[in-house]
Amino acid sequence: MATLQTRATARIMMSPAVILLFLWMIVPLVMTLYFSFLRYNLLMPGTEEYIGFLNYQYFLTDPAFFTALANTLILVGGTLLITVIGGILLALVLDQPFFGQGIVRLLVIAPFFVMPTVSALVWKNMLMHPVNGLFAWIARLFGFQPIDWFAQMPLFSIILIVAWQWLPFATLILLTALQSLDGEQKEAAEMDGAGAISRFIYLVLPHLSRAITVVILIQTIFLLSVFAEILVTTNGGPGIQTTNITYLIYMQALLQFDVGGASAGGIVAVVLANIVAFFLIRLIGKNLER
Amino acid sequence: MGSITLEKVSKSFGTTSVIPEIDLEINDGEFVVFVGPSGCGKSTLLRMIAGLEDLSGGRIIIDGKDMSSEAPAKRGLSMVFQSYALYPHMTVYGNIAFPLKMDGQEKSAIDKKVKDAAHILNLTNYLDRRPGQLSGGQRQRVAIGRAIVRQPKAFLFDEPLSNLDAALRGNMRLEISDLHHQLKTTMIYVTHDQVEAMTMADKIVVLNAGRIEQVGSPMELYRSPKNVFVAGFIGSPRMNLIEGAEAAKHNATTLGVRPEHIRISATEGAWTGKVGVTEHLGSDTFIHTQVDGIGQVTVRTDGDFDTKHGQPIFLTPDPARLHRFGADGQVI
Ligand SMILES: Nc1ncnc2c1ncn2[C@@H]1O[C@H](COP(=O)(O)OP(=O)(O)OP(=O)(O)O)[C@@H](O)[C@H]1O
Ligand SMILES: [Mg+2]
Repeated sequence: MATLQTRATARIMMSPAVILLFLWMIVPLVMTLYFSFLRYNLLMPGTEEYIGFLNYQYFLTDPAFFTALANTLILVGGTLLITVIGGILLALVLDQPFFGQGIVRLLVIAPFFVMPTVSALVWKNMLMHPVNGLFAWIARLFGFQPIDWFAQMPLFSIILIVAWQWLPFATLILLTALQSLDGEQKEAAEMDGAGAISRFIYLVLPHLSRAITVVILIQTIFLLSVFAEILVTTNGGPGIQTTNITYLIYMQALLQFDVGGASAGGIVAVVLANIVAFFLIRLIGKNLER
Repeated sequence: MGSITLEKVSKSFGTTSVIPEIDLEINDGEFVVFVGPSGCGKSTLLRMIAGLEDLSGGRIIIDGKDMSSEAPAKRGLSMVFQSYALYPHMTVYGNIAFPLKMDGQEKSAIDKKVKDAAHILNLTNYLDRRPGQLSGGQRQRVAIGRAIVRQPKAFLFDEPLSNLDAALRGNMRLEISDLHHQLKTTMIYVTHDQVEAMTMADKIVVLNAGRIEQVGSPMELYRSPKNVFVAGFIGSPRMNLIEGAEAAKHNATTLGVRPEHIRISATEGAWTGKVGVTEHLGSDTFIHTQVDGIGQVTVRTDGDFDTKHGQPIFLTPDPARLHRFGADGQVI
């Protein structure tokens, strides 16, 4: 897109797609905004009226909101930590030539194709179940008291499940990045006297920084709205220990039939997501330029 | 200080033997060039000396010590790669300092050595740039800088100039030769360009399909090639290799005569033929002729020689500078 002419043409050609996408986004957003200023409860039809910021006031001063906010951040942060570190380690292993490499790579990627609800059910009933679960069986095998995952460490359990789903994504992206590392650079470092750990720190990690940024950005977007795993396993409980913002809004709208309050929560979630995105881009987005 | 001996060194990848068996002696301070056609095993041999490739057999002795199974960093050699292999996220300074940092040297000592190297290589103004912001020639110099700060026993170069344009290649050739005179360190240089080999080497090793065809100084190889392969490889334009009746007249299977050792005349000579394509280089003229009963013969003459396409021509080879090769390709 070098000349003025081509730039103008490009804009015209792009405009239908851009306009469509814009409408696609703006219509629901405006409707949500509109609902958020109404008293709108499905249990009391016909009483809709403008109530200003009252919905926001209720949502933001609800003590559950702060717990949900903290839970959301812990969930996102914890999952990111596990997937990025685990993804780097797995990618390093998968990058080595070994027998049965193709099959192992396929297996590592497999969790990504399992639906969130299904994987959450599998984890809940087959792995983490305190009586029938695999973990409990292993614990008993060694004579330990089985852990009741969802009662004793509910949020961590959810993090584990979500991390398991996202680990393949991180591994895949990091593996392709790893494979694009120039072999001669590694050899040069080897001749320069860098051991395996120095090579990892000075060569591999900087090379991966861009891929890590992509993984963090994309995963954050999706992890802010984790829902199915919570619904299937803990229903936000015990208490509200595993309720994140998304789940809180769901409770507001579908369990309390408060469309107005839920809309206000939705708008708050959008604002929060933008704040997170803003800081993320500021913090690590610099890696993408260059 | 920097003598390297290869004893019965061989290499095979799986079942394919790339280097059957090589013996070679490289003296301290020598500039040795490995030259040969693509795929003949030059890089493989160099990488074996560097320690980046395992030996299938034989020993590599550096400074009297058997280093055959020593790690690359322990051999005290530096390598300059064809792709430069600079670390893209480090500055020029960081790149040159890296081997010293890995060696655990002090910051002030590192600083001094890096600045010295940068000074020798004219890189002082570029120290805080990244490799991506440098030209090809500058990158090349950074790679050389990274190699010299370690003060290695020997430098290994793998086709370091092949990514540069012709003019820059000429310059860098001089700079590397200059560097060799300054440092007096052993250098092993791999290339498939016989001009680089001729101009830079103290000793040329001509390789063909993993075997050493001949070892010698550039002029030795030029004056008395041991076999047809070396005769055809060293010298530009290529030596004319004539077979058939004309060769039989000299009791040889193949008769070699260099283009510069043929006298050309419009009026008289031993061979008659027609002028084909003429290449004017200014200083020289290469005339490709079609000689009756012999075939294609290239002649090199001075720049002012004028010919027309298709014009009849007479050639006379210098009888003292004919090379005669037997049926096995070896010189007679
Ligand atoms: N890892 C490998 N596995 C199998 N064969 C290899 C391997 N590396 C090199 N070879 C083979 O060994 C031979 C020599 O390769 P090498 O790279 O040493 O050639 P070269 O002389 O450096 O050629 P060039 O001038 O093109 O760089 C080639 O025939 C190549 O196919
Ligand atoms: Mg090579």
